[in-house]
Amino acid sequence: MSAPSFTADQTPRRTTHRASAPRRAVRRQHSVARPRRSTVLTILMGLTAVYALMPLAWLVINATKTQKGLLDSFGLWFSGDFALWDNISQTLTYDDGIFVRWFLNTLLYVVVGAGGATFLAVLGGYGLAKFDFAGKRAVFATVIGAVAVPATALAVPTFLMFSKMGLTNTPWAVIIPSLISPFGLYLMWVFAAEAIPTELLEAARVDGSGELRTFFQVALPLLTPGIVTVLLFTMVQTWNNYFLPLIMIKDPDWYPLTLGLNAWNQQASTAGGQPVFNLVITGSLLTIVPLIAAFLLLQRYWQSGLAAGSVKG
Amino acid sequence: MTAVTPITTGRRPPAAVSRSRRGRTGWIFVGPFMAVFALVFLAPIAYSLYLSFFRDQLVGGTSFVGLDNFQRAFEDEQFWAAVGRILLFLVVQVPVMLGLALLVALALDSGRLYGKSFFRIAIFLPYAVPAVVATLMWGFIYGTRFGLVGNINDAFGVSLPDPLSPSLVLASIGNIVTWEFIGYNMLIFYSALRVVPKSLYEAAEIDGAGEWRVITAVKIPAIRGALVIATIFSVIGSFQLFNEPSILQSLAPNAITTYFTPNLYTFTLSFSGRQQNYAATVSLVMGVVTMIIAYAVQLRGMRKEA
Repeated sequence: MSAPSFTADQTPRRTTHRASAPRRAVRRQHSVARPRRSTVLTILMGLTAVYALMPLAWLVINATKTQKGLLDSFGLWFSGDFALWDNISQTLTYDDGIFVRWFLNTLLYVVVGAGGATFLAVLGGYGLAKFDFAGKRAVFATVIGAVAVPATALAVPTFLMFSKMGLTNTPWAVIIPSLISPFGLYLMWVFAAEAIPTELLEAARVDGSGELRTFFQVALPLLTPGIVTVLLFTMVQTWNNYFLPLIMIKDPDWYPLTLGLNAWNQQASTAGGQPVFNLVITGSLLTIVPLIAAFLLLQRYWQSGLAAGSVKG
Repeated sequence: MTAVTPITTGRRPPAAVSRSRRGRTGWIFVGPFMAVFALVFLAPIAYSLYLSFFRDQLVGGTSFVGLDNFQRAFEDEQFWAAVGRILLFLVVQVPVMLGLALLVALALDSGRLYGKSFFRIAIFLPYAVPAVVATLMWGFIYGTRFGLVGNINDAFGVSLPDPLSPSLVLASIGNIVTWEFIGYNMLIFYSALRVVPKSLYEAAEIDGAGEWRVITAVKIPAIRGALVIATIFSVIGSFQLFNEPSILQSLAPNAITTYFTPNLYTFTLSFSGRQQNYAATVSLVMGVVTMIIAYAVQLRGMRKEA
């Protein structure tokens, strides 16, 4: 199967004009391949969608409330005052604008960590898919074995090792472990094997192109849907990372958003701490908006890339 | 791994020479990944193995204790209580989550839905929410302070059980994890279903199979690989349970102990208890337990396939 056919799911809209006329003329019966729409099934799916979206609706609604409004009003409906803009400006300025700093930290961890992880996975996946080399089986066994090792089982020894190396409490402690995504490597491997015809690489070699040039100019463009998929998933992982920074970073100036939000939440239960629930909620909303936007905007790429990755799953 | 296509060198006569050159080239691409991998995966495993043979005491410093730490781990009731809790969580939460995800994926794939792309993205969205934010949200929703449970109690004069009480907190955490990952697993299954050749369905139909029969006899066997992978990832994920209980702890300090899950326990040991050698040992034991169970799942998945 060639790579473009994985996007078949997204293309019917473009082809309907051509195909609809003969189809209507034939008027085939409904079947497994051409099923009838079901209202009951749609309603059942609607319930699942309500379950998925309810907490997000709760978040949006409650981000419009003042701290007092949060306590006084019904959770799934708006209170009297609309305080969203006020909450946002408070979130961004509270404690000398520490939220903005956390946002920038997260961005740094994501750009360097997830970007680097994607780059390493693409290089490695391509190498595994298209070259025969000594030690390839060993690479496969080690990486697959490592996937089964819980990341948190590694966290304590990694912390001790990094603290000996003087890396804890620096951005490197978060970035370096983020650079490895075994899932990303696996996905790129399967994707590269499917999407790049070996004959094309042979042709480039015959034409005298070096291996690196072949990779960047011939292979990379064909890998785009796979790259976007891996990038999005490593991005989510890094953006959402909590455990690793929790043990590695003590200085609030280097916190990512996740640690910062939890610190704000815990203020309420510490003695003398000032509860800032409205900021926790608005901050949470601001934290998820970029990722949700990325997923919505890049939908057609990552979904087709994922379909390729799961063929051999 | 059938995805690896061996390179055909037939067209070029000096095959041996080109193969060894390609061998080095392969490492140019895989090398960078493996170098970082060695630093953040292999070295910590080796280091924790080293640590597990020592004990750090206030008096006498670090001393070699052989397998004492492992013996302690095997007799540690708190550790095994945590493992037992995770196993209970695992056998309930993972099937519920994967079952729902599979049903949703089959519904999407059936072509019988109105507004299919809306459902696909809506159900996936929670995956993009950080565990911290998800837990904070659900924590507020569960809570009596300004949570929905409190609202409903006030509005209807009922007294729903407290989701954060010791008897319900594990189920409440299960709900958060299910909410976070249904969409992700749904997408894995759905993507696998998309690439099942449509001719299989038509063939089954000609043989007189109904829709349900097509699902059980064609679709589910066709995506067995994806099912096995998703199960393994979910099992590993359950064993790593940390974020949700750790964040809920401030809301439910009585229900969530410092050794609620194995990871919470290692965290407490190394950062509050200063028992880093023992924490490394517990991590190792957990890693081995996880691998055994992941391997068992894989074997079971493969056996059915045969």
